Amino acid sequence: MQSPKFNALLSKYSTLVIFIIPALTIFTMFVVLPIIEAAYYSFYRWDGYGDPNKYVGLKNYKYLFKNKTFILSLKNNFYIIAISLFLQLPFALLVALMISDKIRGANFFRTVFFLPYILAEIVTGLIWAYIYDGNYGMVAAIWNFFGAEPPHMIAEKETAMIALYIVIFWKYFGIHMMIYIAGLQNISKEVLEAARVDGAGPVTTAWRIKIPIILPTIRLSVFLSILGALQLFDIIMPLTGGGPSNQTHSMVTYLYYFGVMRMKFGFGSAIGVVIFLICFTIALTYQRTLMRKD
Amino acid sequence: MFSNFRSYYMYLFLFLLAGIIFIPLYVSIAGGFKTIGDLRTNSLGLPTEWIVSNYTSLLVDNKFWLFTWNSVLYAAGTTFLVILLASMTAFVFAHMKFIGSRFLFNYFILGLTFPFATAILPLFLRVRDLGLLGSVWAVILPQIAFGLAFAIILFRGFFRQMPSELFDAAFVDGCTYSQFYFRFTLPLSTPIIATVAVINLVGSWNNYLLPLIMINSESLYSWPLGIMVFRGEYITDWPKILAFVSLTLIPAVVFFLALQRFIVAGLTGGAVKE
Repeated sequence: MQSPKFNALLSKYSTLVIFIIPALTIFTMFVVLPIIEAAYYSFYRWDGYGDPNKYVGLKNYKYLFKNKTFILSLKNNFYIIAISLFLQLPFALLVALMISDKIRGANFFRTVFFLPYILAEIVTGLIWAYIYDGNYGMVAAIWNFFGAEPPHMIAEKETAMIALYIVIFWKYFGIHMMIYIAGLQNISKEVLEAARVDGAGPVTTAWRIKIPIILPTIRLSVFLSILGALQLFDIIMPLTGGGPSNQTHSMVTYLYYFGVMRMKFGFGSAIGVVIFLICFTIALTYQRTLMRKD
Repeated sequence: MFSNFRSYYMYLFLFLLAGIIFIPLYVSIAGGFKTIGDLRTNSLGLPTEWIVSNYTSLLVDNKFWLFTWNSVLYAAGTTFLVILLASMTAFVFAHMKFIGSRFLFNYFILGLTFPFATAILPLFLRVRDLGLLGSVWAVILPQIAFGLAFAIILFRGFFRQMPSELFDAAFVDGCTYSQFYFRFTLPLSTPIIATVAVINLVGSWNNYLLPLIMINSESLYSWPLGIMVFRGEYITDWPKILAFVSLTLIPAVVFFLALQRFIVAGLTGGAVKE
């Protein structure tokens, strides 16, 4: 039995088990099971103590989709996605096209534009909460300078979401720009040289050659942007906390205020499941269709 | 001529944009040195009178350092364990053939699309039932769990590109799998370790939602929790809040400028390559 071959096999499989078990256990216990449990709890009314025993069927979901605040938070999430896709990403691409070539100061601009991305969401939110403050902030100072009554941007229903979009734009365009720059720098010099020889100007080159080549990169950034937007939470908390009068909730801040804070484990889980289903559907269709080629 | 004209506008645009990025950071740092009255009438300029007490009172505040230390613990613990566990798992996927390996790998990959928010309530119950509430593990374990999937993908991709001759030679010399992992794989993987480290360090350092749910005693607050409580106490005493904000801003910016290459590679390269 104690053949060298047997020993080698034993060594292989014991290593295999020892190497894989810790990650597998932690991943199963803290990622996979909680997601399954969320689905299970979502059919109950439960305060988290004892076993869930008040089975309510789909009531949590029915309530959720009748709730105006939740519907608004869902809409907010989709507005954020729309603004990211139609304004932020094209803008990031434009900037990336400008500074992906070795122009003077390219490194400086890259560093500066990427900087907001590494700041904590909480800090970003607090900085902008100050800037928007109608009494002390920068926006107020600018309005005062022109002799106008300063707005309280994040305290007023009409402007709070706009204020939030601006902050999201400010914080996240840099990461997409960097992703595009990485893609643009992988384009072979020969292709660009050939285009130049053929007399293609910068705009034509960008439109006809660079953008088509980095399309996989663009698809990836679209994907990351959508999934990121659906899980927006940290940045809203210090900025508006979902207010004024629940106008600026995302699905996750809604989950926090109406599920977690109120200790409604069943209802909160139902919100979580909705977020999961949206993310999962998008990820799946995206991988099946657009990203399969990449 | 045309080219100069265009680049003139391009630079105008780029500097304007740089200004839009910088001004919020500048007004925060300057605001921390102002009195509240000064802030009200002079929001954009330099402080009329430089008040350092907002900063110094924080720097001598034990709580400020406690929150910072806790965040260091969370970030270091998470990063170290993600690197260790994910690299071991990825090593198995990259070098060992066994039944079910494809299935197991896909099982981990699935985790990439799981939104953290969905897990938050059951996660809280699990941590509570394990008796871990009130310990650093309440934050570290879930962070590890949610960091594993991406780290495994990155490590596996890197390990697979290592020359197989190296492995064959070592194996002939009687090297076991675990010896190979510690002697060759890890030391040769510094670039990917740096990438995974950056992703997890930054993620943990800035994390707010998880500690918010898991931690209820001030002695375990991470700095984002601390700063939010601070904000709640001072509400519109902006100079104090801005001083706190700036104190967290400065190390982040310094860290970023010093390790920019790794950070950009970590936060974009990882995403771009997969």
